[in-house]
Amino acid sequence: MKTTVDLLQIGDIATITNVDLDKIPLKLLEMGCFPNNTLEIIQIAPLGDPIYLNVNNGSHIAIRKDMAREIEVEIEAKD
Amino acid sequence: MSIQNITVALIGNPNTGKTSVFNELTGLKQQVGNYPGITVEKKLGFCKLTHSIKANILDLPGTYSLNASSIDENVVIELLLNKKDKLFPDVAVVITDIENLKRNLLLFTQIKDLEIPSILVINMVDRMKPKGITLDIPYLEDQLKTKIVLVSTRNGVGIEELKTQIINYKSLSNKPCLNASSIDIEYFDKLRKTFPNQLLYKLWLVITQDVNFLNLERNEIQNSFTKSHADLKKLQQKETIKRYQFINNTLKIGQTIDSTKGSGLRSKLDKILTHKIFGYAIFFGILLLIFQSIFDWASIPMEFIDRSFANLANYVKTHLPEGEFTNLISEGIIPGIGGIVIFIPQIVLLFLFISVLEESGYMSRVVFLMDKIMRRYGLSGKSVVPLISGTACAIPAIMGSRNIENWRERLITILVTPFITCSARLPVYAILIALIIPDNRLFGVFSLQGVTLMILYLLGFAMAIFSAYILNKILKVKTKSYFVIEMPNYKLPLLKNVIINVIEKTKSFVFGAGKIILAISIVLWFLGSHGPNSNFNNAENIILNKAKSEGTKLKKSEIDNLTSTYKLENSYIGKIGKTIEPILKPLGYDWKIGIAVVTSFAAREVFVGTLATIYSVGNSNDESTIKSKMQADVHKDGTKIFNFATGISLLLFYAFAMQCASTLAIVKKETNTWKWPVVQLIFMSGFAYITAFIAYQICK
Repeated sequence: MKTTVDLLQIGDIATITNVDLDKIPLKLLEMGCFPNNTLEIIQIAPLGDPIYLNVNNGSHIAIRKDMAREIEVEIEAKD
Repeated sequence: MSIQNITVALIGNPNTGKTSVFNELTGLKQQVGNYPGITVEKKLGFCKLTHSIKANILDLPGTYSLNASSIDENVVIELLLNKKDKLFPDVAVVITDIENLKRNLLLFTQIKDLEIPSILVINMVDRMKPKGITLDIPYLEDQLKTKIVLVSTRNGVGIEELKTQIINYKSLSNKPCLNASSIDIEYFDKLRKTFPNQLLYKLWLVITQDVNFLNLERNEIQNSFTKSHADLKKLQQKETIKRYQFINNTLKIGQTIDSTKGSGLRSKLDKILTHKIFGYAIFFGILLLIFQSIFDWASIPMEFIDRSFANLANYVKTHLPEGEFTNLISEGIIPGIGGIVIFIPQIVLLFLFISVLEESGYMSRVVFLMDKIMRRYGLSGKSVVPLISGTACAIPAIMGSRNIENWRERLITILVTPFITCSARLPVYAILIALIIPDNRLFGVFSLQGVTLMILYLLGFAMAIFSAYILNKILKVKTKSYFVIEMPNYKLPLLKNVIINVIEKTKSFVFGAGKIILAISIVLWFLGSHGPNSNFNNAENIILNKAKSEGTKLKKSEIDNLTSTYKLENSYIGKIGKTIEPILKPLGYDWKIGIAVVTSFAAREVFVGTLATIYSVGNSNDESTIKSKMQADVHKDGTKIFNFATGISLLLFYAFAMQCASTLAIVKKETNTWKWPVVQLIFMSGFAYITAFIAYQICK
């Protein structure tokens, strides 16, 4: 199923299909956020924002929702 | 026999244990300073490799890549691009974390492209077994064209081997491990042909980075190789992905991870520490613990220090021959230094806590928890770190705001941080509270004095948040907003790192503040013990004549007291104090307090030292502490000078006023304009004056 990272739930694992390169800083790419890499939602902060991710199997970062919206993903597994 | 010097640069991502490796290599042989013109901390250490080879080891700021996004990261690039720099490394030691190799290697491949001989340190190898990670070292060394050293600073593994590799740095390969120029063959071919003598990757960095290096060369390149900003960004993105492809392919063969050995502890801790109830409860619990320790536990050594300095001053006075010089020492220098030394216990505790919170990886969780809340006030979750470390000192706190990507959020953080109760306010609060708040217990449990101190801290936080809210409404700064924070693995803090950090910070704080306080004490003592006219020198005669003409008989001690008071009032400092008294009188301050308040604009902690100096000059009763001297001081009508109203007014003034020259200087450096420090100085001090005025008029 195609969606964006801001809509994922805790525990979801997804593959990045597209990132809006104009809106995403280079730093996020350097953290491993680019197409074909996987990401997992580790935690969502109590007030719904920011989102805590494990990108590319090992790069643990937190980003805000407005940036998560620019990352398109394909969900792999959902319980 | 000549000694050979090797210059080594330690480079790595944040949270890879770079500083631990630095500490292992250099022990306490470190110098911490600043890079010229900027406030980035420069750490240089020394290490004797053999009896004829020494290494100068530079601990560079942590960076994720050579595409700089902060001035800390710029430092790394500027150094690595400038072969003429005397710290240009003979060998680069790139530190990586075994659990984060993939991302850490990105920086490594960039360093390799600069053709600097490089050693790859894989740190925290004690985690390999529990994580089920195995490495094919010969394969990785071959692919990455480097020597790999497995290190665990926790277990002291690998440091000797690292030293051996540094000694043999000349045999290291300096060839790149991938061909990044294939992302745009035509463009890079042209670049290569135009500048045949230059390193291709270096040219590329000069084109894409905003570093102030070799301006001439930069212009030359840019004229013939301009691409639109968007095109350059696209190429940088391609470059990053290209590097990752190489790293992924290399690690697919060179590294195996047994995925059944999961990240159990990490996810369990994350669940609790970022929980919607427990997360906040734990955070506030930790804050309480920090403040409890500063308010309560630190007071024991502090009282001891206070007493010791009073005794020392007295000892000097009675044992050295009488004269100007003895007076300078016992009345100016010793009380002045005592004013700094007294708050070492609190600074040590504060830096200890902050250092443990950062080393353990907990601070990132607080940022994660607080981001949404802080954003309402125009701040970022990352502002929490400066706001907490601001309780130690605003200077490192303001420098710590650098990792806030959004300029608007960062500016607001910088502007409000000085409201946070820093350790320099503590001695002022401590002495004032002791003077005006009775030593009673509230409900038989809480010390009333402790509660007052707590309220002052809360007031500082509240004021910071409130002004952030106002600034958020009125500031018209537009910037691109983004926020990325690494959530590092939890680590048990290494004792050695924490201790070195605390010693380093305390040392620089004490010596930094010490110099100012010492200078001001000496100047004040001089101004207090000399006068502009003959009234000062003839004080005793004037008092005696006055008594004679009024027909009163005075005892010897009364004559002494009246003489010293008269002398002080007719000294230079007395004259200055009397001049400014009208401005400060509505706040309830006499001229002595006025002098202390004015000198405090250099640094708040000067307050106690100033009063100590003023009260010591010509005072015959030396055994008492500063506190009891202040307590005993009365107005002409016999009422106490440090009464409740004056005390509250002073507390509020110190809570809000911008009295720290060093903070103003840092704000100027970080914001690159005098506008913001001037705004801070005027608004904070103006607000302080008004609140102190209102408080005094109500309480008196």
